[in-house]
Amino acid sequence: MIYKVIAKPEFEKFIDTLVSGETLSYGPRHVDTDKQGEPIYQFREVNTVSDIAFDYTATYSSAKHFLLPFRENLSRFTFTDDDWEQDIGYEVKPIILIGLRPYDISAINILDSVLLNGHFPSPYYLARRKNTFIIGMDHLPLPDCFSKSLNHHTVSHGFNLFCSDIGDKYYLSINSSKAYNYLKEFRVEDPSYDDDCKLIERRKLIKQSFKTDVEVTGLPSFLDIEFDSPIWTKWGDKCLNCGTCAMVCPTCYCYNIEDRPDTDLQGSSRQKQLYSCNLVDFAEVAGGHNFRPKNGDRLKYRYYHHYLGFAENANQPICVGCNRCGRACLANINPKDVINDLRMEKESCMICVSQSPDKT
Amino acid sequence: MQHLGFSHKKIKIGSFDFTCCEGCQLQLANHESTLPAFLELLDIRNFREISSDRYDDYDIALVEGSISREDEIERLKTIRKNAKVLVAYGSCACFGGVNSLKNNFPLDETVREVYGDHSVDTMPVQRISNIVKVDVSIPGCPVSKEEVERIIVSIATGSMINFPKYPVCVECKQRLNTCLFDLGEICLGPITRAGCDAVCTTGKTVCLGCRGPAEDINFQSFMQLVADKKLSLGDLDEKLRFYNCFEAFRNDKN
Repeated sequence: MIYKVIAKPEFEKFIDTLVSGETLSYGPRHVDTDKQGEPIYQFREVNTVSDIAFDYTATYSSAKHFLLPFRENLSRFTFTDDDWEQDIGYEVKPIILIGLRPYDISAINILDSVLLNGHFPSPYYLARRKNTFIIGMDHLPLPDCFSKSLNHHTVSHGFNLFCSDIGDKYYLSINSSKAYNYLKEFRVEDPSYDDDCKLIERRKLIKQSFKTDVEVTGLPSFLDIEFDSPIWTKWGDKCLNCGTCAMVCPTCYCYNIEDRPDTDLQGSSRQKQLYSCNLVDFAEVAGGHNFRPKNGDRLKYRYYHHYLGFAENANQPICVGCNRCGRACLANINPKDVINDLRMEKESCMICVSQSPDKT
Repeated sequence: MQHLGFSHKKIKIGSFDFTCCEGCQLQLANHESTLPAFLELLDIRNFREISSDRYDDYDIALVEGSISREDEIERLKTIRKNAKVLVAYGSCACFGGVNSLKNNFPLDETVREVYGDHSVDTMPVQRISNIVKVDVSIPGCPVSKEEVERIIVSIATGSMINFPKYPVCVECKQRLNTCLFDLGEICLGPITRAGCDAVCTTGKTVCLGCRGPAEDINFQSFMQLVADKKLSLGDLDEKLRFYNCFEAFRNDKN
């Protein structure tokens, strides 16, 4: 990693040059204002620096779909008389993602661990990942963000360039030769002692600004023990089964695959769609049998996947604590309340009266 | 036609309209890029928007529209007798559709409002499944041509006919739309069957549920949501009535 500082006006020039070039660029944009007068942001295409809302709070949806599209054609089949050919393409155009928060970069690192470093690496994901240039930026957290609880409020890898706001300058962490070469054309300086101090102050401020803490220590065993807990039914009864949580989540990667024959029957497409374990037919199999017919069961498995993890990523939680799911959920289901409920259920157990064994 | 060693005949198809705007049938002629290939799958036996030839030997009958006159009942029953597969085509046929709004008023009042003193043969609007057995329902106002093509291809190749079981929210979020509840509106997206690619909400128009309820919807939680957001339950009821798709749930709650 190489560290530099750049004055804010020079930084804007740098970004403007980057996004006005031929490479497609995406950054946080102010797309709507909600009923309470709060701005709503999304990662959208940007063409000049003025398109970008650098001071955005959080985007409604994550940046996941740039690497893992909501819908994707995996392959094409062409039928001949009694044979068929399969055509698979991994070519993608390079893109630039600007303004990702540490938890969003962490989320991409988690996707890497599942989709690149797991037993079955995805060439589709690899092609996009290798062709994505990521510029991260830090920010003070929203009151409901709990990324610090999961240690994703800072990030040390997974980006090309990371910018920390230290007043009239950005403190740059340069993590790729590409980023270094881009920056050569612009006025950057080595950080002074003052700049280093400001960076440390900035990090401290961010760390202290978290208002929401979700206690995740020991959570895997709580989840294991509480498999039959009534809280799953309680929260499941609220769930609308609408899949919004998984769509806005930066790490939900589960999907469905369908073969779609062409109308002329001469070929077919294999299509992947990101899915959600909360959707009613997520666990439906041939014959219409459904392994998880109840809302509560489906909700439970979403929490299991998020906080217990899967073998693919060494049983690590995949939640980064951005609380997008909690903010987007129309039924007011959010990880903080569900997890607290689960812990309360265990920690304030009134039935269990036996004492712990004495110290020996 | 030959397809991976399987041969299949063209599908003999008839298309019929009852109380409707014929907009769904018109959709069949849309999607020009695949139109010749689509027509290639079909042997059109009876379809007044396309051909003046009329035959009664069709395998599949697409039935558009709701039933609002005595004579329509007889005609529908004859079509049912002739067809091997009867498809309720569009929201009017599937649920009664917009036409059923008139069921909210006394019949003579609605006739007087529109036709004055002119006498008109009419009755309360019904979905076609009240009269005959329906084998497949393709909802939508209008139907989505892409979905129709997919289903016709499924029928032609003998594969399973699938509709999305999840609600519109999935497709709406995939299009990165702002949730219309955040803008203070009542949207039926969370309880309506997807498959429309969230076309209305992408245009910032609330979902009125033309595709009917998604599978296993949580209607109670949806009602709670509207109440929690302090939105008008009257507005909600009006939206639920719009296509007459949520009758069963509306009655349940009382």
